[in-house]
Amino acid sequence: MIGDVIKYEQDNIDTDVIIPGTYLKIHDYNELATHAMEGLDPDFPSKVKDGDFIVAGKNFGCGSSREHAPIALSTCGIKAVIAVSFARIFYRNSVDGAFLLPIEVDEETYKKISNSDKLEINIENNEIKNITKNETYAMKPFSEIIAQIISAGGLFKYKK
Amino acid sequence: MNITEKILARASEKSSVSPDDVVFAKVDKVMVHDVSGPGVLKVFDKLQKQGIDTSKLHDSTKVWIAEDHFVPTAEKVSAENIIKLSNFSKKYDIKKHFKYGMGQYGICHTLSHEEALVNPGEVYVGGDSHTNTTGALGAFACGLGHTDVAYVLLNGEIWFKVPETYYFKLNGKLPSHVMAKDYILKIIGDIGTDGGAYNTMQFGGTGIDEMSVESRLTLTNMTTEAGAKNGIIESDEKTVQYLTDRGATNATVLHGDEDAEFSKVFEYEASELEPTVAKPFSPDNTTVARELSSTELDKSYIGSCTGAKFEDLLAAAKILKGKTVKIRTEVLPASISIYKKAVKQGLIEIFLDAGATVGPPTCGACCGAHMGVLGKDEICVSTTNRNFPGRMGHVESQTYLASPQVAAASAVTGKLTDPRDLN
Repeated sequence: MIGDVIKYEQDNIDTDVIIPGTYLKIHDYNELATHAMEGLDPDFPSKVKDGDFIVAGKNFGCGSSREHAPIALSTCGIKAVIAVSFARIFYRNSVDGAFLLPIEVDEETYKKISNSDKLEINIENNEIKNITKNETYAMKPFSEIIAQIISAGGLFKYKK
Repeated sequence: MNITEKILARASEKSSVSPDDVVFAKVDKVMVHDVSGPGVLKVFDKLQKQGIDTSKLHDSTKVWIAEDHFVPTAEKVSAENIIKLSNFSKKYDIKKHFKYGMGQYGICHTLSHEEALVNPGEVYVGGDSHTNTTGALGAFACGLGHTDVAYVLLNGEIWFKVPETYYFKLNGKLPSHVMAKDYILKIIGDIGTDGGAYNTMQFGGTGIDEMSVESRLTLTNMTTEAGAKNGIIESDEKTVQYLTDRGATNATVLHGDEDAEFSKVFEYEASELEPTVAKPFSPDNTTVARELSSTELDKSYIGSCTGAKFEDLLAAAKILKGKTVKIRTEVLPASISIYKKAVKQGLIEIFLDAGATVGPPTCGACCGAHMGVLGKDEICVSTTNRNFPGRMGHVESQTYLASPQVAAASAVTGKLTDPRDLN
């Protein structure tokens, strides 16, 4: 999959800024998307395009269990979040609900990727190609269960 | 095996499990509330369109429903979510639905122990990150999202990667004016908001033996803020008594094996602890309360699953007795049962005499929902659990996380105050 990068150079991007608590009462996916990243970058919904990737530092998605967070990002068109690490509930919500790919990279790769870079993510060979910079990076392979759920298209389609 | 491994092995019908094993665990109890319940129903709608049968739950007797985040209904859409929950419990014949305005209700993580809904040794999942709280009863308690909870409701089980366990050995009795909240803030300050990520945080030692069940619940509650999969405390006679007093019939003492393994051990001495505060904008941004004594405040908030249990209110009332608050102070008991006990024991009168306002049980402003949310530049000391930007309202408001004693002492002075320094 190919997409452009929206980069946030910070760690601990929490669910309260991805989708503030006041919107937890909303379950309309399109309405949630209009508030995505509101606590950090209110311009996000207007600048994001279908197919984009978010790049961020450590512990992305920490905080609450709200599935609203991956829902809001994915409804905006985000296909993957590339981060140094993820908080556990955001990670599993993204995969089990088949909203987006949570991709872990090392600190060095995170630093090399710039805002607006065009990337190609290839999860079959765990590779990220930076088309803009003509570089190739390794992504951390998914664990077996995660790879199986992703390939099935979410937890409900996965057969144990 | 340690207690978490023993519970997951039993629930997945294996003789033993080790960290990193992937298991499908049978779930004993499952909770949804007015945020996750409608979210689960949305997943059900999607599943129906895919031809998946959602007409029957795996076992509706294992399910219970709380109304807590946006109640009393904050606006029309919240009222509609509450109606959806009522239709949900009716359709699937869920008997344990704690409705606001109809007797006992409150914050889901408070009901789980106040109503003895979860027993030691059980696998309990909830559609809320602070489900970890209930691990203080010796259960494997873990928060999940809507899709996962929907899966549990329909299939009665869910996958887990068996976590590594960090063991926190807490030695000795807490000094006067130091509470379990100070302990867990200190620990999170030491290990960071990802310091327990994907792992179990287990607490034990003489400090736990000394501690009340309610204090233990404060520790496990905030393991979520360290990113932990679950927080857990082996059940003992105190746990069994606490649950039996609340109607449990099969609560038992449950320990890990003698040769249980932990991937890391941390040791703390209670005597070295002081009232501790997490500054904006992260629960790991901690310092001792005395360092912040010049911090001017606009509000003191005593509420939430973390900081509005009965003993939290009692601790705050002891400080507020005969005093007058200098800043807006809001007290929201975490459940009706706690509220009633606080009325009977005169705590509510103390709060009102001090000038504080007392609200109904609700998650309320803790998650920026309603009832006391903060405006731009407002600064609040709060007994809640998170202080990320915008957590309690405006993205430029500030929250200092603290114990009920610090929140009460600060209410009296209008500045962040160590309760030991209050005249």
